[in-house]
Amino acid sequence: MSEVAGVLKNPVAKGIGLFLCATLVIICMYLSVWLGITNVDWRDILHAYTHFSGTNIEIIVRETRVPRALIAAAVGASLAISGALMQGLTRNPLASPGILGINAGAGFFIVIALSFLHISSMSALAWIAFLGAALTSVIVYGLGAFGTERLTPVKLTLAGASMAAFFSSLTQGVLTADQQSLDAVIYWLVGSVQGRSFTLLLHVLPYFVIGWIGALLIAAKMNTLALGDAVATGVGQNPLIVKMAAGLIVILLAGSSVAIAGPIGFIGIIVPHMSKWFVGQDYRWLIPYSALLGAILLLLADISARFVMMPQEVPVGIMTAVIGTPFFITIARKGGWR
Amino acid sequence: MAGKYISLRYGRFSQLIDKKVVRVNIVLIFLFLIVAIISLGLGDYVIHPFDALKAVFGMGDAMQNLVVRNFRMPRIVLAALAGMALAISGAILQGLVRNPLASPDIIGVTDGAALATVGFLALFNTSDNAMTVSIEWLPLASFLGALGVAWLVHALAKKGYSTVRLVLIGTGIAALAKALTQFLMVTGPIYLASRANIWITGSVNGAKWNQDILLLVWFVFFFTVSLWLARRLNAHELGEGVAAGIGVALRGDRTLLIIAATALAGGAVAFSGGIGFVGLMAPHMARRLVGSGHGALLPTSALFGGIIVMISDLAGRMLFLPLEIPAGVFTSAIGAPYFIYLLYKSRGGK
Repeated sequence: MSEVAGVLKNPVAKGIGLFLCATLVIICMYLSVWLGITNVDWRDILHAYTHFSGTNIEIIVRETRVPRALIAAAVGASLAISGALMQGLTRNPLASPGILGINAGAGFFIVIALSFLHISSMSALAWIAFLGAALTSVIVYGLGAFGTERLTPVKLTLAGASMAAFFSSLTQGVLTADQQSLDAVIYWLVGSVQGRSFTLLLHVLPYFVIGWIGALLIAAKMNTLALGDAVATGVGQNPLIVKMAAGLIVILLAGSSVAIAGPIGFIGIIVPHMSKWFVGQDYRWLIPYSALLGAILLLLADISARFVMMPQEVPVGIMTAVIGTPFFITIARKGGWR
Repeated sequence: MAGKYISLRYGRFSQLIDKKVVRVNIVLIFLFLIVAIISLGLGDYVIHPFDALKAVFGMGDAMQNLVVRNFRMPRIVLAALAGMALAISGAILQGLVRNPLASPDIIGVTDGAALATVGFLALFNTSDNAMTVSIEWLPLASFLGALGVAWLVHALAKKGYSTVRLVLIGTGIAALAKALTQFLMVTGPIYLASRANIWITGSVNGAKWNQDILLLVWFVFFFTVSLWLARRLNAHELGEGVAAGIGVALRGDRTLLIIAATALAGGAVAFSGGIGFVGLMAPHMARRLVGSGHGALLPTSALFGGIIVMISDLAGRMLFLPLEIPAGVFTSAIGAPYFIYLLYKSRGGK
């Protein structure tokens, strides 16, 4: 938390950086549509949308590649924003939906819904994932963000880790009793953006959009909050309301991400740190940078997941864990948690 | 010495024993046996506790003898041993890192063992679900996994040794191991996934006598080692400066203690899977009753650990009949809220 300013100092440089990031997102999305077991070139993509004639390649573009790229971008951006907000709220550089157990909570609720309530409609599952994410967040936040005495980052991390262990153990318990759902759910439990339909994205898109806009709106208030509750109150801000709003946005973004792609870890930790390196602590820049960098990182992870074990695909949640763990450990070793 | 202590002298050996500790432990041993006997009688086929006790010595009727001696006893013994081993491991780790929130599962040992186990199942599995290598080797694999992770976490946290760092790095490595385990489960056959899933959650179902004996030998050896080191563990808990000041060999002791704690947890995990939170809960319960002197803490924690896992196993067998729920589900269901409570209580301080 030491570096206040990033490498990009003035607003012009930051603006140009933002533009470059946005360009990179577009390029990565194009790559994501292009590359895979079957390579699709841009003429096919264009053709699939202008003169759809039902050839295999056009179906691949419309049914798998394009939804997949869009979902990866949206989920990556949302996870990164929620990570940035959580790190600010809890003043814990290691906070993220994965580490604090929110993904595991949502996962448990989804397994319960699939296994006991036999719910399989995707929009219902999205709501259930929200519920799980919300419940877990409230518990972990309740420990971390409110009250007079703050939990140290370590304790918060431990609380999250134990919540994660709790929910994943219950999930496994349900799955051992119900072998059929195990088969259906295990792939979801790892986190993947593959094979999700476009309508699924449309179901959760409103929540994503509300979350993104909300995050940008409270960015300035987050800056004040970072100076401490006392200062925030002094300038006439109600810290509790800001915290609640930020918490709600985190739940909205993390919950919809889990609902659509399963628990994808580490994006929420890595990306805010990368963004801070670029633009420093200012949330008004941090939020958009996190969003774009998150989208880029998840798109790249998803693309590489296709090639690591050709022809089999590695779920992208595993790719992010493999990339993210060394990063997490570096932060832990550097002592940034103090 | 009259009053609070009993003194024990034999040649050069002398030890003061707190009477309260003795009383607490006698009550716990009693409880331990009662739980074990009740557990022997309950299940699909209910046996009166008295008959069950007779059957233990081979004096019941043929059916009761079979059920008790061949099916229930091995699993109850395994549950008790696993719980005891995990509890001692937790007590040692908590003393060593001077953090009451440390435990083998949070430091990643359990997840390392799970990864090695699933890796073993995946590696030696043929397409028709047969194993190319005897399943007897599985515990060795999971023990090596536990040891590997313990070493990795220790090595990464070594620089400027801070307990906080140890815990955080453990959490990170645990997350990685979990992801890789899931990867193996996703890419492997369904059969592997369901089997691995039961193992990871932690179950003592299907225990065999030979497993019990192996774990017993393992447990007794490392339990003795840790009792021998217990006195010096007390010094560690006072802080590294004090420990060095009164002439405790810091490095050597720490390595030995970590090996003992890992070996105990690894052994338990190898045979019974990832039964979570026992290593965290049991030492806390014990500390409330007997204080934090490790000579008393270790045996008392062990008794608590054994009781917790036996009860969890019993609950898993009985509550959702005819389904069997792994014991680990229950230990986590009690353990996680308890952990949160501990955290909540300790807020403010470091």
